Amino acid sequence: MKRHGSIRRRLFFQLAGVAALLSLAFFVVVRGVAESAAEATQDNILAASAIAIADSLRSENGDVFLELPYSAISMLGSVGEDRVFYRVSTIEKTLTGYADLPPPATALVAGDPVFATHDYRGDTVRSVYVLRPVGAAATSRDVIVTVAQTRDGLAATSQRITATATGVGVLFFLLATALSLWAASTALAPIERMTSAVTRRGPKDLRPVTAETPAELVPLVEALNSFMGRLRASLSQTENFIAEAAHRVRTPLATVRTQAEVTHRKLQKPEHRQAMREMIRAIDESSRSAGQMLDHAMVTFRADSLAQDDLDLRTLLSETCSRLEPTAELKDITILHNLPTMPVPFTGDGILLQAALLNILDNAIKYSPDDSIIQASIALDDTICLSITDQGRGFGDADLSKVTRRYNRGSNVGNIVGSGLGLTIADEVARAHGGRLAIAPNTEGVGVCVSLHLPR
Amino acid sequence: MRVLAFAALVSWICAGSAVGFEIEEQVIYPVQSPSETLRIISTADRSAFEPLINAFQADYPTISVEYTITGTSDLMKAIQDEGAVFDLAISSAMDLQTKLANDGFAQSYGAADVSELPEWASWRDQLFAFTQEPAVMVVSDAHFPQGDAPRTRAALIATLRENPDRFQGLVGTYDVRRSGFGYLMATQDSRNSEAFWRLMEVMGRLDAKLYCCSGEMIQDVASGKLALAYNVLGSYAAAQQQLLDGFHIIELEDYVSVMLRTALIPSNAENIDPARQFIDFLLRLNQRPDLVAASGLPAIDSDRFQNNTALRPVRFGPGLLVFLDQMRRSRFLSNWQSSLVQE
Repeated sequence: MKRHGSIRRRLFFQLAGVAALLSLAFFVVVRGVAESAAEATQDNILAASAIAIADSLRSENGDVFLELPYSAISMLGSVGEDRVFYRVSTIEKTLTGYADLPPPATALVAGDPVFATHDYRGDTVRSVYVLRPVGAAATSRDVIVTVAQTRDGLAATSQRITATATGVGVLFFLLATALSLWAASTALAPIERMTSAVTRRGPKDLRPVTAETPAELVPLVEALNSFMGRLRASLSQTENFIAEAAHRVRTPLATVRTQAEVTHRKLQKPEHRQAMREMIRAIDESSRSAGQMLDHAMVTFRADSLAQDDLDLRTLLSETCSRLEPTAELKDITILHNLPTMPVPFTGDGILLQAALLNILDNAIKYSPDDSIIQASIALDDTICLSITDQGRGFGDADLSKVTRRYNRGSNVGNIVGSGLGLTIADEVARAHGGRLAIAPNTEGVGVCVSLHLPR
Repeated sequence: MRVLAFAALVSWICAGSAVGFEIEEQVIYPVQSPSETLRIISTADRSAFEPLINAFQADYPTISVEYTITGTSDLMKAIQDEGAVFDLAISSAMDLQTKLANDGFAQSYGAADVSELPEWASWRDQLFAFTQEPAVMVVSDAHFPQGDAPRTRAALIATLRENPDRFQGLVGTYDVRRSGFGYLMATQDSRNSEAFWRLMEVMGRLDAKLYCCSGEMIQDVASGKLALAYNVLGSYAAAQQQLLDGFHIIELEDYVSVMLRTALIPSNAENIDPARQFIDFLLRLNQRPDLVAASGLPAIDSDRFQNNTALRPVRFGPGLLVFLDQMRRSRFLSNWQSSLVQE
């Protein structure tokens, strides 16, 4: 499976990105609106001041006089500590105030304040110009009142607004981010629900998924269900094939063996009887090899979906021994049971474990000399250890780590036939149960101790 | 370590010499190992400021001080018109100092510690007030027994109007044409109360004597040449009371304008660090009662305004520019003249 990003992360980042954009837009809009409001306030005060000055202009004998109204100038100091400049001038000359204050850039209309922003005396100032005709209509003269103010107070206000807008924007962003995290989790909750529904299933549960499915996931779930259906069909086919094959191979072999034994008894000539015995032996070996191959196929198949039976290993081992007792008796081999008094509970696949123990014990019997002893024991330490110890010839100097490989046999098998599958089966069963197969020389003389270690 | 600062009288420079503004006195306070020189232009008398300079040099023993005394208009002229280089300008003329700051001749000192001061005691981080000096009325003991003097302007007008014979030629006030402080107080009065012009009319009818300075007025009141003097600088009156008998000080009860003495760092100052250190030193003046007593300069004390609600500090701000307007000033002076001089 190739991992390609995370839907949750992508969803989260997309939502957070949208939130960031919205926060930024909010910040820009609030700041713009608030700043233009602050500017409008300053403009209004400036205009009020200039109009108050213009209102107090009067004409005496053709000359323009002005008694600068105190409030017109002092009101400009009401908001902050800004510098204030003013100029009252006719077209020709400055009557009073700051003569170097620049004149308006555009033509003025009486009673219509005009605003401008420019630099003056090292600061940016906001200026208002008001034109007012003074005197009787015939002799009236146009007087321009200019009032200018620095923008420190405005800058301070703007800074305050910016700080507030930033704070609110960041808060909004954090809140929206938290909400998008929550939204991403909520949106993905059905997927998690389905995942846990599927993972909770047992190994053999290949029924279709029927959990509540959001519309977007229906095609995926349908595809999954159809895939599981095909898998189920294929598995049952394999199971049938194995059962069929076991049946087809074993049954005719049994018939052939019976016929061979009958024939053997009827034969008179020793050379014929000898040939028939050879034949019976070959049939036995074939039967055993077929059994082991089927066991191995079964192990391979069952290990993928291990059954979880509640077992008692003590009973399992003693039953296995009983099954092989007749074979052992043929060679006068005694099987000693060295088992605990209490049951040994274990959860695992009973059929596989039995197959493993059968193969180990069968090996032990096969390679043991006549009239010897085989010990079957269970030891409990940090693992459960099922051991079969024989007094056979062992594995010679073969590498013990290799004898569990398929079709690998010990170096001293001599004339004993075998497929080399027995220990492989035992090893695979052990692994399937999370345990291991250990092979060691018998500590009490000749022979080998094969142990199946299973986790407790 | 206390460095002995000895005052060396350098020169008396008369009007019309190399500089265009009139220097009354220039004093140098040297130190043993000077690192920097702080050049102060000030309107405060040497006797008032010397204790402050000595105490400052005790704190900063490597700063020598050059103290130049001039009038309020000359200080304005020096900084604004002639670009004379000083590191600190200290003046009692709030309006002129405000105009200097407004017109860009002062630089900001944002780190000044004004937290202890009321908010009206500084402006734009450029003007820093360190004294509060009320305009008071000084009355002669000979003409007004203790407790007999009028306590409000209305009562003063009534008293003067009802007894023209008793006060003829015996009232005095500033000649606002010559005194910056007098002009500031008169314009503030004209703003505060309509009674001001009536008072000027009454005083004019009594042939009021006009003075340039508080000192002379107080001396004339103490000697009995005047029955009362209106709008006298309270700090000088209090200082004179230590030396002279025969007068008492009255803070009128309707309102008392309080002038603030201010310091600013001119925009062309060269030794800014010592200037800032001196401003910080001045702002701590209210923690040094010994210096207040020695200099006779009353430190900023907002408690006084709590206790006496008649006290009104003159507020910094563009309002102070109004009466400096050429037209407004000539209008005011002609009104004042026609009320008071009545020739």
